[in-house]
Amino acid sequence: MTFDAVVEVRLREGVADPEGATIHSAMGQLGMDRVREVRVGRIFRLSIDADDAGTAEQLAVRAAASLLANPVLEDYEVNVSEQSSDRASPR
Amino acid sequence: MTARIGVVVFPGTNCEHDVVQAVRSVGGEAELVWGGGSELGGVDAVVIPGGFAHGDYLRPGAIARFSPIMAAIAEFAAQGGPVVGICNGFQVLTEAGLLPGALQRNAGLRFVCDTVPVVVCSTGSVLTSDAAPGRELHLPVNHFEGRFVADAETVKRLRDEDRVMLRYAVNPNGSVDDIAGVVSEGRNVAGLMPHPERACDPLLGSTDGVVLLRSLLRSGSGATSTMRATAAGA
Repeated sequence: MTFDAVVEVRLREGVADPEGATIHSAMGQLGMDRVREVRVGRIFRLSIDADDAGTAEQLAVRAAASLLANPVLEDYEVNVSEQSSDRASPR
Repeated sequence: MTARIGVVVFPGTNCEHDVVQAVRSVGGEAELVWGGGSELGGVDAVVIPGGFAHGDYLRPGAIARFSPIMAAIAEFAAQGGPVVGICNGFQVLTEAGLLPGALQRNAGLRFVCDTVPVVVCSTGSVLTSDAAPGRELHLPVNHFEGRFVADAETVKRLRDEDRVMLRYAVNPNGSVDDIAGVVSEGRNVAGLMPHPERACDPLLGSTDGVVLLRSLLRSGSGATSTMRATAAGA
């Protein structure tokens, strides 16, 4: 089966985010001053072949922990769902 | 016997020839080591030079750290072999866990390209053993992701163990505690953002990098003799 895993990688609490601060400042210039803070993260979309969602999640977590996120600076969240049938890979 | 320095090349590395030339100019031998290979070829010391390994994709050094050569470098370091990471090389070493902390985007999001004063804070490293403590060196920096970060506990540990090797006299990138370079617990793995290889020729405005490369050459000669003696005794 094919699963979609969405890995969100974010800066850890307390890690400075100059890019977020710059974007926040730009929002201010556009009059969006109700935006109190901006933190920039990244989304990785993995398409995984696995027998079940649990196995797919394990693999996605391993990818996140060993490669996609730098544990000194970042943490991550993984969400797995079954890929919808119209997107399934042809056999 | 002159030390042989292995200068590692990943796809996207661009400072390897400068390092080779600088090492030779101070009397050492140098050769390129391909990152895709798994052998160091019996070199006495390793330098991971600057550049944009793997295009800095994902994070600087994040992909290079999984290159085949890194297992050999980790083993070499575990045996006490001198390893120096310059700029992108420093990033690779932190990603590989051979040095603590991480290199983040510069504060203020400016690409810094300048010659800056750095101070020798610890001479207990393969790169600064010949330098005078407190000496100010003028070294070029050239980076966008050079801000050294580490949690408070790690910074305290580095300070307590005299492992902050170099500090910026004027911090160009927001590095915590003005840290420009650090050394491992074993004092044989060193990383720094400034480029010593670009400060070995009076034509380039500073020769302050010479003392650092000479320290490395001396460490390379010493370390290899020790490692050979250990191997012979085993």
